[in-house]
Amino acid sequence: MIPAPALEIAVLLWGLALLLVDAFAGQKDRRGFAIAAIAGLFVVLVASFFLRPAPAATTAGLWSFYAADPLAIFFKRFALVTTILVLAMAIDFAPAIRIGVPGAHPHAGLGEFFTIPIFTCAGLMWMASAIDFVMIFVSLELVTISFYVLVSFTRRNPLALEAGVKYLILSALSTGFLVYGITWIFGVTGETNLARIGAVLAAQGFDRIPLLFGIALVLVALGFKIAAVPFQIWVPDVYQGAPTPVTAFLSVGSKAAGFVVLLRVLGPFSILPQVGRLLIGLTVLTLIYGNFAALPQTNLKRLLGYSSIAHAGYLLIGVVTFSGAAVAYYLVAYLLMTLLSFAVLVVVGNSAGDEIDDYAGLGRRSPFLAFAMLIAMISLAGVPFTAGFLGKFFIFDAAIRHHQTLLVVIGLITVGCGFYYYLKVVRAMYWLQPSSDATPIPLSALSRLTMALLIGAIFILGVYPQPILEALNTPAAPMVAR
Amino acid sequence: MLLFIVFAPLLTALLILIGSPARLTALLGSAATAAATLVALFLYQSAIGGFQFVTSFPISQSWRLQFLLGADGLSLIMLFLAALVLLCAVWCTPPIERSERLFYASLLFLASGAIGAFASLDLFFFYAFHELALIPTFLLIGIWGSGNRFAAAWKVTIYLGLGSFVLLLGLILLYRSVPPALRSFDLRALQAVAADGGIAASAQNQIFFLLLIGFGVLISLFPFHTWAPEAYASAPAPAAMLHAGVLKKFGLYGLLRIALPLLPEGARHWNTLLIILLLGNIIYVGLVTIAQKRLDWMLGYSSVMHMGYIFLGIASANLIGLNGAAVLMFAHGISIALLFALAGEIRRRTGTLVFADLGGLGKMMPFVGFTFGLAAFAAIGLPGFANFASDVMIFFGAFRVGASWEGFHLIQVATVLALWGVVISAVYLLRAYRAIFMGLPNDRASALPGLSRRFRAPIVLLIAATMIVGFFPNTLLDLLRPTFSPPVAANR
Repeated sequence: MIPAPALEIAVLLWGLALLLVDAFAGQKDRRGFAIAAIAGLFVVLVASFFLRPAPAATTAGLWSFYAADPLAIFFKRFALVTTILVLAMAIDFAPAIRIGVPGAHPHAGLGEFFTIPIFTCAGLMWMASAIDFVMIFVSLELVTISFYVLVSFTRRNPLALEAGVKYLILSALSTGFLVYGITWIFGVTGETNLARIGAVLAAQGFDRIPLLFGIALVLVALGFKIAAVPFQIWVPDVYQGAPTPVTAFLSVGSKAAGFVVLLRVLGPFSILPQVGRLLIGLTVLTLIYGNFAALPQTNLKRLLGYSSIAHAGYLLIGVVTFSGAAVAYYLVAYLLMTLLSFAVLVVVGNSAGDEIDDYAGLGRRSPFLAFAMLIAMISLAGVPFTAGFLGKFFIFDAAIRHHQTLLVVIGLITVGCGFYYYLKVVRAMYWLQPSSDATPIPLSALSRLTMALLIGAIFILGVYPQPILEALNTPAAPMVAR
Repeated sequence: MLLFIVFAPLLTALLILIGSPARLTALLGSAATAAATLVALFLYQSAIGGFQFVTSFPISQSWRLQFLLGADGLSLIMLFLAALVLLCAVWCTPPIERSERLFYASLLFLASGAIGAFASLDLFFFYAFHELALIPTFLLIGIWGSGNRFAAAWKVTIYLGLGSFVLLLGLILLYRSVPPALRSFDLRALQAVAADGGIAASAQNQIFFLLLIGFGVLISLFPFHTWAPEAYASAPAPAAMLHAGVLKKFGLYGLLRIALPLLPEGARHWNTLLIILLLGNIIYVGLVTIAQKRLDWMLGYSSVMHMGYIFLGIASANLIGLNGAAVLMFAHGISIALLFALAGEIRRRTGTLVFADLGGLGKMMPFVGFTFGLAAFAAIGLPGFANFASDVMIFFGAFRVGASWEGFHLIQVATVLALWGVVISAVYLLRAYRAIFMGLPNDRASALPGLSRRFRAPIVLLIAATMIVGFFPNTLLDLLRPTFSPPVAANR
């Protein structure tokens, strides 16, 4: 039996070891690094099923800022799976890295590109367990700083540089908001631990205005992480400019971690009605902006950027209604379908491009890639028998249960928009004729396997959601509010 | 039994995608499905009634969700319709030049969506199966369509996508309106709850409205009908046959199966609205149909118009009217599939469907001319065809509701107005017949390709089906008796 914190430590040590090897590896091919990283993370993933249960009702020492409840364990596995898939995608992306990174030998930079995601993963895993504002801040920074490096990794590409600078400045700004908000909350309650803050809020009268100001600042920072409107300005440019695997990582890992923190942070503050209203406002804006701005996009990466804003909106519905299970399920569905679409994007992007027009006639050129993209798109749009549909089903169910009529109506309209912009990609692949080059696009065995697994998972979870729902529903912490 | 019926077309589609010969596999698969539905029809014991051939697999304990198949007379009739139209649509498909595999696979997915929905007793899968048809429709119209196909494909997909999400909201609300201990997606459990008055009247009103709009969009109920004519006009003939003949019936089936028995209060509350809207279908859309200048558009509008009669049967909510509605669902499915198949053949051979460019084709294509005449008579509702039997039942049923000597109810007025719809359909169908087959052939008619060899058998099959039911409507009514007598007839 393994204690829960050992998982992150193992991940971190594995990352450090790989970095050291990279420093002394000379001109050797770095593909092995990605395989090694995947293998290491996989071992940790397996290990996460043999955890020693956290000591119950202990809040001393480590356990005052570190939780190992089902939610935390669930999202640790989530982070591991995401990172493994991103690394698998990164192997295919290696040629673009070689072009984009100046260096003495052809493998320069690849080692780092394959190992830095491991540190991000450690940060994400810590974030899942963080129940103290200080811990939240530190783990968030670990994630963010590793993303600074990754986003502008292909530094010969001006778009990537622009993305890096934008991400750096706005992210630093949001961190400032977070720290400032934490300060105000600490000033009012005298605590940084979320449970104790909750106890203080429940027990006595407190200054409402400063507290609200504090939590609003924290919401700004988290809104940046999950790409909620109006804190989404960075998303389209960063998504388009960053290397594709990094974009996928950003849109899944970073967002999921943001939502876990949001669920945890909002717990104690739910007794303030203003916070709920603020969240509803955010949700409405996010849904409308994300979906409507996605309509005219012609670049697929940008489209997926806007779609990630739109999905943040649906996830926020789940947060507003405090449906942990719905949010968790939606995030898993989102992970599968987003990573699948990015996996296809990496392969097609290498030989054709990222514009939707580059997908013209893909259905005849490479039927398997087109089929994978079709599944990803219809799942994102929410067609039944895919995981994306059940995600929306649970979210809408939560909204109906809590009588959030406004959110239901807006969600309905935006689902209609979603059908349009996701099917735009399907239209290009199947309706249109290939433009000039009609040779099949080469596809490595690993990518084919990854895509097939993702497709299978989308369909299986689309009809059999029980494993995910049960993962959060252990007797210790009943997350499913029925 | 039902497992085979549901999964045969799906597996056939997958086989085709993997690489077995497209047309042959599709034909065999759909023939097997049709045969299986026919066997199920004979095996169903209408003396016992209720849902038979029940199979279930649990999916989610916490949601009380299961994959539950089962069929009674109504579902079996719809299953048979779906399988029969699928078989004929596959059969009369002309050679496909572009991506033949994808075409047949899409057709089969389209049909298996409808078949799965008709066979599901679980509301979740009932809904999910129907949505299976959405993407194939998008592909079928977009890739192999004609005319303004891109716009039509977008319109139908987004319209139906939105409509079905409204429907989904209604179903979730229905699930939530039941007391927590009894919550289930199982139709039989819900029926038991509804029979005990477990659903509050105010909740019924809300849910019925959502279901009426949601299903209404799928059925092309009057202000939500604009997607249908354009989509059917642009779709390739086999897709139009399946969509207009079978898929549209999903919404009606849902109203008959879910909305009426579970929400009788809601149905009463919205009855006036339904009657007004269905008059829009019959009169307004009927007049629009007369004004059409192309056969495909005319058929598209006429299929919208005929939905009005089925709605009238539903609005009557009594035994005879509902039986009529159910039989008309079958009859209309056959007749509109016939008409679209014939229109497809005319387009294939002459290259146009504009009335002004056609004429005098009766001599050139006698088989098409003769069968078109029969199909048109069936659609109008002449005696001898299934449509006649069902129309009569609907009119009788609707007129009987609240009949008194003092004066006419709204529904009686509606029935009288709807009777004029028969005249309207006679006008446009006979005018179409004259424009296409009578008169002098123009120069276009001189060099026509011959009748497709694939064409004769499916058309004869469809005509035989509608005539058998037309002469012996009791074959269907016996099956329907257990469905409608206990729960629904108690309404009024």
